[in-house]
Amino acid sequence: MSTGLVVVQILNGLQFGVLLFLIAAGLTLVFGVMDFINLAHGVQYMLGAYLAVAFYALTSNFFIALLLALAAALVFGLLLEFLVFRHLYDRDHLEQVIATFGIIIFLNQAVKTVWGAAPLTLPIPEIFSGSIILMPGLLYPIWRLVIIASGLAIGLLLYVLVGHTRVGMLVRAGATNARMVSALGVDIRRLFMIVFGFGTMLAAFAGAMIAPILSVEPGMGDTVLILAFVVIVIGGIGSMRGAFLAALLIGLVDTLGRSFAIDILRLVMPPSPARTVGPAIASMLIYVLMALVLYFRPSGLFPARGR
Amino acid sequence: MTQTLAASSVLPSQQTDRANALPVAIFLILALVPFGAAFGPESYVLGLFTRVMVFAVAALALDFICGYGGLVSFGHAAFVGIGAYAVGIIGAHGVTEMLVSLPVALLAGAIFAYLTGTVCLRTKSVYFIMITLAFGQMAYFIAGSLAPYGGDDGLTVRLRSTLLGFPILQNDRTFYYFVLLSLLVVYFAFRTIVYSRFGRVLRGARENATRMATLGFDVFSFQRVGYVIAGAVGGLSGFLLANATEFVSPAYMSWQRSGELIIMILLGGLGTLHGAIVGAAAYLLIEETLGGITEQWKLIFGPLLVLIVLFARGGLLGLVDRIRGRPGRG
Repeated sequence: MSTGLVVVQILNGLQFGVLLFLIAAGLTLVFGVMDFINLAHGVQYMLGAYLAVAFYALTSNFFIALLLALAAALVFGLLLEFLVFRHLYDRDHLEQVIATFGIIIFLNQAVKTVWGAAPLTLPIPEIFSGSIILMPGLLYPIWRLVIIASGLAIGLLLYVLVGHTRVGMLVRAGATNARMVSALGVDIRRLFMIVFGFGTMLAAFAGAMIAPILSVEPGMGDTVLILAFVVIVIGGIGSMRGAFLAALLIGLVDTLGRSFAIDILRLVMPPSPARTVGPAIASMLIYVLMALVLYFRPSGLFPARGR
Repeated sequence: MTQTLAASSVLPSQQTDRANALPVAIFLILALVPFGAAFGPESYVLGLFTRVMVFAVAALALDFICGYGGLVSFGHAAFVGIGAYAVGIIGAHGVTEMLVSLPVALLAGAIFAYLTGTVCLRTKSVYFIMITLAFGQMAYFIAGSLAPYGGDDGLTVRLRSTLLGFPILQNDRTFYYFVLLSLLVVYFAFRTIVYSRFGRVLRGARENATRMATLGFDVFSFQRVGYVIAGAVGGLSGFLLANATEFVSPAYMSWQRSGELIIMILLGGLGTLHGAIVGAAAYLLIEETLGGITEQWKLIFGPLLVLIVLFARGGLLGLVDRIRGRPGRG
């Protein structure tokens, strides 16, 4: 366990955390403001990645492809909202789960039909390719740093938007008590659409940004979706600050756990069992963390809902 | 949420005889399937309906805890997997005796439910859904790390369970009736529990936990007992599943499986018990039929789920009710 390796893994953890934040931000808003469980949020992330690949094939320019992918994802998200989601807002959580689960099944199969089951790749844009020297003898890919930076920038943007603008105030009020906001004369449905569209774009952005370092394949949104739910539950549903901190926490714990679990276990047990138990413990770590947080704080770290 | 849940479970005295006729019809059909199957691809039909009933057992337990207890568990597949692993692990050590593996499967499910329930039941609504999911995922990863028992690849059950040394489950038809018997026992057990004093307290807590607590009931303990019962029955389903597929794998515990179980009870209609059986049958038969028509069956299945939610409130049974012009369940 050299210092260099630890630094690299911390950066990887941050990058993963930032990615989770981009997805969780939309999820926590949609969940917090509309009280709507959108399992299909993960496939919107997947769609972002696929659209970026598709538009890259057309334009050969990552940034144009990114913009087009975001626009297309927004249109698609609003279409879904119009066709399906808006009929589900006042239904049970359970009914929302089943309908959005149906959408996951459909879209996972749809991308398989359109783009095939084989993983696709997207090249890293020219100017951000290559690595940077962090310390003597320690290289780190620039693109990962770009992801961290853009995620932090969006975090800042959301902080300003949610904390210091009129729409943000309504969103926060909606997360606390949506019915009251509606009673005060705010067109809550329009607010829902804005929040929903924004959340969709954030998820698609996360998908497009990660596409160059991850293989783009059907079902890639499913695991991320569960992790994003873990994040928003730990952070407290509806809380942007909670989502941000929880996302970084989960990203770091998961990445560091996976890299160092075996090494740490070897301090207390023989190498052979450590090699089998290590990965299992590493995969479980975030769920253990979540169970612990919920045991002591049953509504997450920063509960937003004022009930 | 409480309102729709409340409306979906009427007392037996308020139910019409025709509503009671439905469970009878379901079990009659299930009992007659093997006779019909003899004229067709027998082992295929028997296998399919065995699977339906195995999942119906798990769905019944989920419907009990979810529809009557108001506790939406998103980790129910873990109990099924634990029951299945009990059979697999005991079998791997050369013991196939049902009198050993069945109690162990039930007990393992119950213990896991007791331990996790103690933590989970502190939380409410969405947080409960997520924390049960967390425990489900933990069980999933533990199963994947059981290197001596196959790890991620799973483990073959070489021999179906025996009773006092007799391989009574080897014959597919006998096994079918064994599963049917289990389903019948579980169904009537839950019916009895639901309408007992215990069941009434559980349902009361679903409607208004504070009020039940004020009346002097220890809501937490009642819910935990309910959760443990559901866990044990989940273990039973796992015992049957391991024998049906003769294979055990961590995939039995994946969160998608838990999601499927929720979909089953919603399809059938929440809080009706026999709805869970209808839902399990509907889900697996739709999957099987569409899968037979086209490889892209999920393109049809996904939107179908959405349409069912949008237009068939109260599940398939609710839909049947409304078509007949009776007041719906939800």
